[in-house]
Amino acid sequence: MSRPPGRKQENHKISGELFVLTYGALVAQLCKDYEKDEDVNTCLDRMGYGIGVRLIDDFLARSAVKKCRSYSETADMIAQVAFKMYLGVTPTVSCSSAARNEFSLILDKNPLVDFVEELPAERASLCYCNLLCGVIRGALEMVHLPAEVTFLQDRLKGDAVTEIGITFLRKAEDRKHRRNK
Amino acid sequence: PFCYPDFNAVTCNLLPDEAAAPQRYDGRRALRASLRRLFAIGSQLSPEVGSSGIEMLETDTFKLHCFQTLTGIKFVVLADPRQAGIDSLLRKIYEIYSDFALKNPFYSLEMPIRCELFDQNLKLALEVAEKAGPFGPGS
Repeated sequence: MSRPPGRKQENHKISGELFVLTYGALVAQLCKDYEKDEDVNTCLDRMGYGIGVRLIDDFLARSAVKKCRSYSETADMIAQVAFKMYLGVTPTVSCSSAARNEFSLILDKNPLVDFVEELPAERASLCYCNLLCGVIRGALEMVHLPAEVTFLQDRLKGDAVTEIGITFLRKAEDRKHRRNK
Repeated sequence: PFCYPDFNAVTCNLLPDEAAAPQRYDGRRALRASLRRLFAIGSQLSPEVGSSGIEMLETDTFKLHCFQTLTGIKFVVLADPRQAGIDSLLRKIYEIYSDFALKNPFYSLEMPIRCELFDQNLKLALEVAEKAGPFGPGS
């Protein structure tokens, strides 16, 4: 089936709910496939990573943003531009270390959990949205900013807020003519 | 136009006179290899601190435009020196690459792009750019 040329966004829109349901189905299937929560979390992170390494170019191509000059700018960019562009929400950013390389994104609204109230008792350690962490990690790595990205707090686990922590590791060496996978 | 994402470079040929461009595959491969070496040392040779590398190479018969993304991909377009609108063409190619190559789950990163949608959209973008550019009288 050949699609007429042109950017896909102009041709059709997919229901946001369908996306959220698809994500839920993915997590549910992973829970059937893996007994341990850690394994599901790892799988979600890996899938997210695979998305992130590709999504970053879409983000850069569509937003035409300039190179960030600091970790702080990068964290702001992720929250205010990227999250807004792809999930329609804008987390609050705060810096949580004196070294200025650790940041938190606090999500007031998280569309991925629209239909999920809380985790089942047997899945208490599940990071339901861990795909997001992988996406951020993969995207950052492609612009030579390796980072650790994890959920620090999760409303689904009974915490007050949902908080994603980004720790920028030492800057990768200049690799202008080679790409990380 | 030909496109070979070889070591992070997608090269497009936008020349009205095919004789000005290397025709045989070997010629193109040699060109790509030379470009890779040039780009690798370009930013280091620059008198400007923090140079991002070669953006344009001008000769009598063609102009080479290079757009480098923050992820390290280089898009190279060879065009007639009088051709206008290459900057926006390069950005358009970036969009086409991110849509039809990167979002294709069966495309592996850093491999040659064999995606029909990519080729179709690229061809369209090149046609639009060709029509827009001034080629001089009688073109």
